[in-house]
Amino acid sequence: MKLTYEPVIGLEIHGELLTKSKMFCSCSADYGSAPEPNINICPTCTGLPGAMPTANKKALELAALVGLALNCSINKHNTFARKNYFYPDLPKGYQISQYELPIAEKGWMDVTSPLTPLLKGGGNDSLLPQGEGLGMRVRVRRVHIEEDTAKLSHEKNYALVDFNRAGVPLLEIVSEPDLRTVEAALDYATKIRAILRYLGVNSGDMEKGVLRFEANISVRPVGSAELRKRTEIKNLNSFRALARASQYEIERQIKVYESGGEVLQETLGWDDARGITTSQRSKEDAHDYRYFPEPDLPPLKLNDAWIDAIRIQLPELPEAKTKRFIADFELTPSEAHLLTSELSLATYFEEAIKHAKSSPKIINTWIAGEFMRNLNESNVEADSVSARSLAQLIDMVTDKTISGNAGKTVLTELFKNGGDPAEIVKAKGLAQISDESFIQEAVTKILNDNPSEIEKYHAGKDTLLQWFVGQVARATKGKADPVMTKELMLKGLEERRK
Amino acid sequence: MELTNLTIQEASELLKSKKISSVELTKATLDRIHNVDSKVKSYVTVTDELALQQAKQADERIAKGENVTPLTGIPFSMKDCISTRNVRTTCSSKILENYVPQYNATVTNKLADAGAVLVGKTNMDEFGMGSSCENSAFFNTHNPWDLNRVPGGSSGGAAASMSASLCNFSIGEDTGGSVRMPAGFCNVTGIKPTYGRVSRYGLISLVSSFDCIGPMTRDAYDCATVLEAIAGHDEKDSTTYQSAVPSYTQNINKPIKGMKLGISKEYFVAGMEAGVESAMQEAIRTYEKLGMEIKEVSLPHTKYGLPVYYLLLFAEASSNLARFDGTRFGLSVSDNAKDVIDIYLQTRHAGFGDEVKRRMMLGAYALSAGYYDAYYLKAQKVRTLLRRDFETALASCDILLAPTCPTTAFKLGEKTNDPLAMYLSDIYVVATNPAGVPALALPAGFSKDMPVGMQLIGKHLDEATLFQVGHAYQQVTDWHKRLPSLCHRR
Amino acid sequence: MSTIDTKTVKHVANLVRLGISEEEAQTFSGQFSSIIDYFNMLNEVDTENVIPASDIANAENVLREDEVKPSMNREEFLKNAPQTERGYIKVPTVLGEE
Repeated sequence: MKLTYEPVIGLEIHGELLTKSKMFCSCSADYGSAPEPNINICPTCTGLPGAMPTANKKALELAALVGLALNCSINKHNTFARKNYFYPDLPKGYQISQYELPIAEKGWMDVTSPLTPLLKGGGNDSLLPQGEGLGMRVRVRRVHIEEDTAKLSHEKNYALVDFNRAGVPLLEIVSEPDLRTVEAALDYATKIRAILRYLGVNSGDMEKGVLRFEANISVRPVGSAELRKRTEIKNLNSFRALARASQYEIERQIKVYESGGEVLQETLGWDDARGITTSQRSKEDAHDYRYFPEPDLPPLKLNDAWIDAIRIQLPELPEAKTKRFIADFELTPSEAHLLTSELSLATYFEEAIKHAKSSPKIINTWIAGEFMRNLNESNVEADSVSARSLAQLIDMVTDKTISGNAGKTVLTELFKNGGDPAEIVKAKGLAQISDESFIQEAVTKILNDNPSEIEKYHAGKDTLLQWFVGQVARATKGKADPVMTKELMLKGLEERRK
Repeated sequence: MELTNLTIQEASELLKSKKISSVELTKATLDRIHNVDSKVKSYVTVTDELALQQAKQADERIAKGENVTPLTGIPFSMKDCISTRNVRTTCSSKILENYVPQYNATVTNKLADAGAVLVGKTNMDEFGMGSSCENSAFFNTHNPWDLNRVPGGSSGGAAASMSASLCNFSIGEDTGGSVRMPAGFCNVTGIKPTYGRVSRYGLISLVSSFDCIGPMTRDAYDCATVLEAIAGHDEKDSTTYQSAVPSYTQNINKPIKGMKLGISKEYFVAGMEAGVESAMQEAIRTYEKLGMEIKEVSLPHTKYGLPVYYLLLFAEASSNLARFDGTRFGLSVSDNAKDVIDIYLQTRHAGFGDEVKRRMMLGAYALSAGYYDAYYLKAQKVRTLLRRDFETALASCDILLAPTCPTTAFKLGEKTNDPLAMYLSDIYVVATNPAGVPALALPAGFSKDMPVGMQLIGKHLDEATLFQVGHAYQQVTDWHKRLPSLCHRR
Repeated sequence: MSTIDTKTVKHVANLVRLGISEEEAQTFSGQFSSIIDYFNMLNEVDTENVIPASDIANAENVLREDEVKPSMNREEFLKNAPQTERGYIKVPTVLGEE
């Protein structure tokens, strides 16, 4: 009998923290803007003999903020530890990290996956109906602070080391192996990224490598509770790589079991070009990191007042905002999710509501549709069209000053050249006309010009009504109020029935 | 008057009253180094040029009467594990043989600011690992009192340079007796301050949680003077105390009558050389005469001091020495290296001596998966008990007295093939480092013509009492004034 | 009596990236056994409910403000390096990597 398998996925997410200086020294952490290699360096971050670390206060605060946002408890007593291994990007021969007592532990986050099977999810047995898929709660095992490594550029027969990145504060967010589908893993990663961006602790700029994923993957027969040998896929630098690598690895492991083999516990790399995971040279000692408390940095003892002071800095997070948008603005869950996926978009939406008379639902339709389309096509910043302008424009469509199509034209113009919506309408002569005698005149002319179409209509081809209305719109260059046009056209057609 | 035999206090008086210049004093010191140090071999590097330049600046300061401190113009030597910008800093290791730091240790800066004159860097056991200075990768240092004997370690070069009058004070470093044990062997006064009292920034770490930079001097008064100049909070060393440094010399002359001197029964057991034991009894009698009340106390975990000390040393050192990998500084061996790992393996094989290798490997063992709890964690817990021992004992007395070593200086080569026997010579000095308490080593007599050292152990941050009690002893004894024959006026 | 065999010696030598010959492994193996034996003395001590000393510190929460200070000169940094190229430190390839 053939078994069906389910994947067991855990994610480690490494995110750089947006501080001015490095984690353990006062060198600039902005390696991205450094014009030259090895210019943001000092004895500490290059591991010179005798140099010592000093911990960055801001980084600790940001780490705690993330911990709280992920529903973790903050360890009042937490310590730095040394993780010992040799690599040319690690100047001291150890990385200062946190081990036994990380800054935050035991949190959770809810994810949604259309394919999430009905399984017991980690620490919480309840399945939370959420969004349009099934939700489940993923336990966040720990959040800890560490330092980034130097950047290695691999040349043909050698490598070049740049220490500008060495010592940049890095947050590691480790989930329990609670994810059961690639989609759920993606949703989890996406939500973590959104939260980090909401908190302003990380730019989320994947291309710059400020956020990196590692996936721990095993598979097991459906219904089994065992945890089988897992592989660890390192250095996944995009959501696409995360999804492809995970999918590939799940299928690979299933094949191994089906052919009667055993999966080896090992570290894998992801070859994006070939679309396969590859075994890293097996280093038997690679995982004996010999952690021990960092003797150069005294333990951190945080109190309730300190934690509360961080907690009040927590902004409204994507999940809460989504719920509020659904409740307050009568949006569907997927509409709300789209708006809250980026803080700037959600803020823009609320700003537009403030300035508009039109309903939030209508504003959402515009933002999710035309606004996003223009944004993607124009390559400009979202705020190049102010929320106030957009609100004005939508209101003009709502109160029929202009037609919907004219509205689209105005928006495209706003993206292209900016300006004031009312001025654009005036300049382009887009204002809609609701004058009955004007529209009646146009309707009469079209009817007079098309006797054979009238005959067909009267013979039962009802769809022609739309054609007649369209002819009026063409004749009036879109200025005729379409609702009134349709009314008058129906009336005229009925009058001509014999 | 032999300039090189002067105490800091004496030399400073002569400088301030312009009876001598710093350039004269420095030249006399450098001359003596060039004449005598070929026998003692206490210096790894002599900084003639820099010294004369600093001496000249010191003379200008004195002439202008600006910023003159008790150390202005005074020649000193420094253990070669403390970073000196543009001056080779080797840790007496092949791996750093040609390493010239790009920055100064905080202590180096403080001494330069005080106007002290660096005449050279002193030999040591490689990276501080040893008790005889025989683990230097370069050469053995000889005990000025008997050139066939060791000066002790690991600050053997510092102690010998002081003892042979090759400087007016020396900066040593004590991880587990490295200042006190050689001070005892060489008839020098030296202090291991409270852990965290002196910045370690720029000190090439052996054991980050034990290492203490401390001065070695002719007497307790000088020791107080130098410590005052180098102690204090450093924002670059997060393990330093925030509290202000008191004046150590202000109350140094206060009578010690009525103070309580604790004697730990665990320190006076079989195995101690008879001459050492009688010197200790003599010192106790001296303190009794000075009006101190003698109290027997107990440090019940004393015998665990050595295993705790060495286990934690091995563990931390194995990590602290990982940065010496041949890619950014120091020795780099890359014969037919296919891979960066070959550079690591070859450089570290060629660059480190056997004792260093032994300790790094044992450290990796103690920290490795499966052994961490049994060794490292266990040692950290027993360390807490050692610390409590001192706290409890020092709650009932002001100060403890103990020898610095069960024997006087042993012969060169005597213990080099038996690491454990070598470790045992540190039995009296190691426990203070895991406990963090300060200890002052003082000359306490002679046994078969070789110096005997004793140490006073005090409460955390109570160096002032150590100096006061040490100074009182030196007011009524003259052991510390005795010089080896090679320093006698010819 | 603990025995640290040559295999273990080679394993820990590799952990700290020390090249080691067979002969050296044998010498160290003998020495290590007696030293580790000596350490086992600590098992006599009751450490129930004793906190490790690594948790005792002179100060707590020693934190630095997030301010940028000038960096060291690159040429100064590179002058001690055995191999450099265009402002980088140069090292041989890391096997098992692209």
